[in-house]
Amino acid sequence: MAVMMYWEAIRRAHDEEMARDPLVICMGEDIGVVGGTYKATQGLYDKYGPDRVIDTPISENSYTGLGIGASFLGIRPIIEIMSVNFAWLATDQIFNSAAKVRYMSGGQLTAPVVIRSPGGTAHQLGAQHSARMEKVFMGIAGLRVVTPSSPKQAYGLLKSAVRCNDPVFINEHELMYNMKGEVPDAEYFHPLEGSEVTRAGKDITLFGYNISVHWCVQAAEQLAKEGIDCEVIDLYSLSPLDRAGIKKSVSKTHRAVIVEEAEAAVGVGSEVMAIINEECFFELDAAPVRVSAVNVPIPYNHHLEKAAIPNAKKVVEAAREMVGK
Amino acid sequence: MNAADKKRLLREMLFARRFEERCYEAYVERKIGGFLHLYPGEEACAFGVLEAARPGHDYVITGYRDHVHAIKCGADPKEVMAELFGKETGSSRGRGGSMHIFDVKHRFMGGYALVGGPFPLAVGMAKGIKMKGGDEISICFLGDAANNQGTFHESLNMAALWELPVLFVCENNLYGIGTRIDRSTAVIEQYKRVCGYNIPSAQVDGQDIEQVYAAAKIAVDHVRSGKGPYFLELMTYRYRGHSMSDSNAYRAKEEERMWGKRDPIIILRDRLIEAGELSMDDYKKMDDEVLDHIENEIIKFAEESPEPKLEELEKYVLAENDPYVRGGMH
Repeated sequence: MAVMMYWEAIRRAHDEEMARDPLVICMGEDIGVVGGTYKATQGLYDKYGPDRVIDTPISENSYTGLGIGASFLGIRPIIEIMSVNFAWLATDQIFNSAAKVRYMSGGQLTAPVVIRSPGGTAHQLGAQHSARMEKVFMGIAGLRVVTPSSPKQAYGLLKSAVRCNDPVFINEHELMYNMKGEVPDAEYFHPLEGSEVTRAGKDITLFGYNISVHWCVQAAEQLAKEGIDCEVIDLYSLSPLDRAGIKKSVSKTHRAVIVEEAEAAVGVGSEVMAIINEECFFELDAAPVRVSAVNVPIPYNHHLEKAAIPNAKKVVEAAREMVGK
Repeated sequence: MNAADKKRLLREMLFARRFEERCYEAYVERKIGGFLHLYPGEEACAFGVLEAARPGHDYVITGYRDHVHAIKCGADPKEVMAELFGKETGSSRGRGGSMHIFDVKHRFMGGYALVGGPFPLAVGMAKGIKMKGGDEISICFLGDAANNQGTFHESLNMAALWELPVLFVCENNLYGIGTRIDRSTAVIEQYKRVCGYNIPSAQVDGQDIEQVYAAAKIAVDHVRSGKGPYFLELMTYRYRGHSMSDSNAYRAKEEERMWGKRDPIIILRDRLIEAGELSMDDYKKMDDEVLDHIENEIIKFAEESPEPKLEELEKYVLAENDPYVRGGMH
C-alpha cells in the first residue's frame, strides 16, 4: 500500500477513470490549467485536454446542469464545486434535475453525475466560506451522499461514484486535502452504502463522519486512558445512513455520542438519534448526545471560530458526562 | 414544403389542438390532476421547428407545457394521455404528470417545471453529442419568461464559448403567467438579448407554420453544420390561461381577439383551401377523424389503464442493484 495525501488519492481516482473510459470528464472552476484549488485534478488537463478537463465559467448552477444534461447521453461527469458554499447555487440543478429525473421519468432517464465539493470550517475563512452543507444534501431522495474521512475512502468512494448509475454528492473537507494515509495499490471500489468500525469498543459509540471521525478517534484514545472504551463508527455514507450499523453498535455499547462539525439543527446528529430511537431505544443506558457546532454563521476571529465548532476535547467531555465521570 | 406535407402538418396541429382541449375537459372532470399547461395557439412553434429538425433523432427538451412537443418527437399520444391520468401505462409510468412527460426512446428528454431549468441541460446534451461525435442536435424550447433566469445567460455563454450544437427556441407568448413581457423585461425583443453572447438569432411570426419552418431550417442547418448555437424567437400567443388555475383576467379582450384571428391552424387551413388543396368538407372530415381517434382510442386507453401499484412507490428513486453501491474489486 502506498501512502498518499487525500488530494493525491482523489487525483488518482480521476486519472484511472478517465484513462479507462473516454466518456468520463471532469469540470469546474480552475480545475484545468490551474489543476484545481486543492490540486485534485493536477496534470489532467495536459493529459486529457480541454474537452475532457473543462475549466468552467463561474456559473455553478448552469455548469452543474450542463454536466447533468451530458450525463443523460452517457457522459460521466465529475463536477468539482470549489467550495460547498458555492454549491448552494447549484442546488436547483442537483435537487430538481439530477435527483428527481429518474423518478419523474418513470425510470427512463438517469443522471450519473458525481459532484465533489469541500465544506467545513478551515482557517478564518469567514461566514461565506465555512459552510457545512451535508445536512442539506442528505435529505434529498434520489441523491447519494458520501463523505470520505481518509485518502483510501477519498479514492475508493470517487471510483465507485463515477461508475454508479445514481447521482452522488461527495462532501470533502478543506482541511483534509493534505492528510496522509494508506491507499491500496490495486484498483479499489469503496462501498457507497454502509459504515465502518474505525475503532472497536464496548462502553460508548462515538459516531463521526469526514473530519469528525478524527476527533472521535482522538477522544477515544484519551478516554481509553481513563478506562472508557469507545467504539468509533465512521458514517461515510450520509444518504442512505447505515441503520443496521448504527443499531448494531448501539445495541452493543448502549450509549451514543454523535459528533458533527455542522450545527445541530436538522442535522446528521438529529437523524442518527432518530434512527437510534426507532431501532434500539430499549437498548439505551443513557440519552444519546450530540456534539455539534454552535448555531452561528462562522466568525472570522480565530478564538470565536474555534469556539463555534466541536473538537476532540468537547467529545471527551460529552463522553465523560455520559458515564458520570 | 409541398401540399401533402402541409396537409399532414395541418392534421398534426389540429390533432394537438383537440388533444389539448380534451385534456381541459378531463381536468374539469377531475381525471387529470395537478397543474396543466396547455398549448392551443402555439402549435406552429413546435410543429414548424421540429418539422425542420429530425424528431426522434435530435434531442429535445422543454418546460412544463410539454405534451405537444413529446408527441411531435414520436411519443405515443395514448401514453401521454395515460400519464396525465396518472396511469402505469403513462409515458413516465404515472410518476411524472403533465409537467414531466418523458419519452427517451424518441429522444424527448423531458418536460421540467423549474422555469429556465432546461437551458443548462440542453447545453449539456449538446456537449454529450459533440463528445460522442454524432450528427444530432440539442433543441431547447422555452418561453420568453425563462430568459430572465440566470440559467439563460450562463447557459448561452457556455454554449457559445464551446460552440455546442444547441438550438434555443423561444416561444414568446408575451406573458410570464400573468405578467406581460414589458412589465418584466427590459429588452422586449428576445432575439436581441443573445447578441451579448455572439449567438446568431432571428425573430419570426410563430403563428405561420411556413415562416416558422423556413426560419427553423436555417437555424437547424446552422447548428447541425457545427457552427455552434442559434437562437430562434417565435412570436406567439396562448389561447388559454397559463395553467388551469389561471383566470386569465390580465389580458385585454381586444388583444385576445386580435391573436384569435391569427390562429395557426386556421391560417394554414385557409391557405390550403385558397390554393385548392383542401375543401372545408375535407377539413371537417379531418376534424371528425381526429376527435374520434382521441375519444375512442386515446381517452379509452387512458381510462382503462391500471394505476401504478402502491408497492412500487419507491421504485425508480435509485438504480436497482447497482454493483458499485457494494464496492469491492470489479
